[in-house]
Amino acid sequence: MRFSDAARPELAEPGARRARRQAAAAARTGRAEATEEAPDWELLRDAGAAIRDRTLGDLGAHLEALEAAVIEEGGQVHWARDAAEARRIIRRLLPAGTEAALVRSDVTDEIGLDGGEAGPHSKAAVVGAGFLVAETGTLVIADRGESLSFPGTLVVVAGLEDVVADWTDLEVLLQLLSRAGGDPMRPAVATRTGRFQLVLLDNGRTKVLADPVGREALRCVHCSACSDVCPVFERAGPRPYAPGRPGPIGAVLTPQTRGVEASLGASLPFASTLCGACGDVCPVKIDIPGLLVHLRGRVVESRRGRPVPTPELLLMRGIAWSMGDQRRYERTLVRRARWARLLARDGRIRRLPGLLGKWTDARDLPAPPRQTFRAWWRHRR
Amino acid sequence: MSAREEILRRVRAAAPGPDAGATPVPRGYRRHAALPRGDVIARFGERVAARRAAVRHVAADELVTAMAAMLWAREAKRIAVPAGLPHAWLAGLDGVRTLTDHPPLDPAALAEMDGVVTGCALAIADTGTVVLDGGRGQGRRALTLIPRHHLCVVHADQIVGTVPEAVGHLDPYHPLSWISGPPAGRTLEILVVED
Repeated sequence: MRFSDAARPELAEPGARRARRQAAAAARTGRAEATEEAPDWELLRDAGAAIRDRTLGDLGAHLEALEAAVIEEGGQVHWARDAAEARRIIRRLLPAGTEAALVRSDVTDEIGLDGGEAGPHSKAAVVGAGFLVAETGTLVIADRGESLSFPGTLVVVAGLEDVVADWTDLEVLLQLLSRAGGDPMRPAVATRTGRFQLVLLDNGRTKVLADPVGREALRCVHCSACSDVCPVFERAGPRPYAPGRPGPIGAVLTPQTRGVEASLGASLPFASTLCGACGDVCPVKIDIPGLLVHLRGRVVESRRGRPVPTPELLLMRGIAWSMGDQRRYERTLVRRARWARLLARDGRIRRLPGLLGKWTDARDLPAPPRQTFRAWWRHRR
Repeated sequence: MSAREEILRRVRAAAPGPDAGATPVPRGYRRHAALPRGDVIARFGERVAARRAAVRHVAADELVTAMAAMLWAREAKRIAVPAGLPHAWLAGLDGVRTLTDHPPLDPAALAEMDGVVTGCALAIADTGTVVLDGGRGQGRRALTLIPRHHLCVVHADQIVGTVPEAVGHLDPYHPLSWISGPPAGRTLEILVVED
């Protein structure tokens, strides 16, 4: 479904919108305090972005190192091409007849897992990874770290990009993740080396990696700061982004993992005012507004090959033709300005005819002046 | 082709390669706290208090009485302790039953405890965090998660200033629990012992 269609019912619920607005305001205050308190915040961001890029640059080697380290420490590694394969692997890993506790996270939501609440009696648990350290084979859980206390089978689901190269990388990433989320340190961080079943999930991530511009989105450390500052997310909530990840980071990941041809992927890059707040707060400096523009380009490119061109493309071709020549341009300008003034009331155009009317659905257009700049310039000389 | 081979093939085709990301990581961030020792300890106390945990600073010879007083204030009748916790710490406890988690207590027994007393591996001043690594006097993870109250003893020399210092000191092969503030519905008290 298109983002704007999915957002409409959400916008019609003022109660939910008010709750989101208050939650987002509190999150923004917490984040501002936690980041201003760190005198080296900007230096940490630079380091974090470089650490993530370095790992992504040679991801294959780091994944193999991780696999070797996890096996060395008594764990096992499984590879899943997509969500369905991941679910099959997890079902096979859980002891027959036991109901596994689930500690929900972005990646468990992504593959559509559900399960019971985790508790100390749970015989098996499925958790989403925070980070995986390739050097040592260490699992880091940044949220609900208590899930690592279960004595039974522990199944860890991780995206390919959750790997970090070295143990010391955590000295930067844990600070970035925590402070961007509003805490000097997340309340319950836990680590475990070995003794877990690791499911490494692709599910479109290698497609993101293949785009030299878009791959920056894989730096994400799941802090949710971009959602907390996004005016679109604050009004529309998480649901219209489903089944992808919510918020601005979802708007740049989902079109890449699920393709820009499907209606959600094609509409998400446009679900933004490009205000830039998400890029400003991102702890690993993902240029989300820049990626949105890049993906808008990919959406338009993908439509270029259609047998019937979109009205927008026809319009743009027309404009390109008119603007390609000085005389054509001036003639068009004078003619269009005359038409536009006929549509204006009190100096404003409230409704354009036909398909152009979509543009004036949400905004007014000022009436063009009686004289073009070029005409004024000629008279002035 | 196995899933492993296929995914690794896709990754290698997509990733730019080790040289593309060869710019060295700019590590200009703070590694050590530029504070005198006493201020690092004071900062730890402030950060812990900011995380809604109670914190008390005592001298080494006051440890026993302070611990007894803190548990008494919580009306703790039964507490769990990990194996290897210094016996001397508990010498002042009057009318408090201590159960050692050896052999391991089952979750139901732990849930009935009024609290647990542990030491820690280190503590971080910048973030108000105590880190337990399962070593002596710290016990397994479930021990500190199930009882409703956790009293953690931190020796002043265990407090480091920054997260990079902590990561440098900690052993990734131990099961680490970074505790910053009490878990939901439970309480956390930190007893800082200064020499």
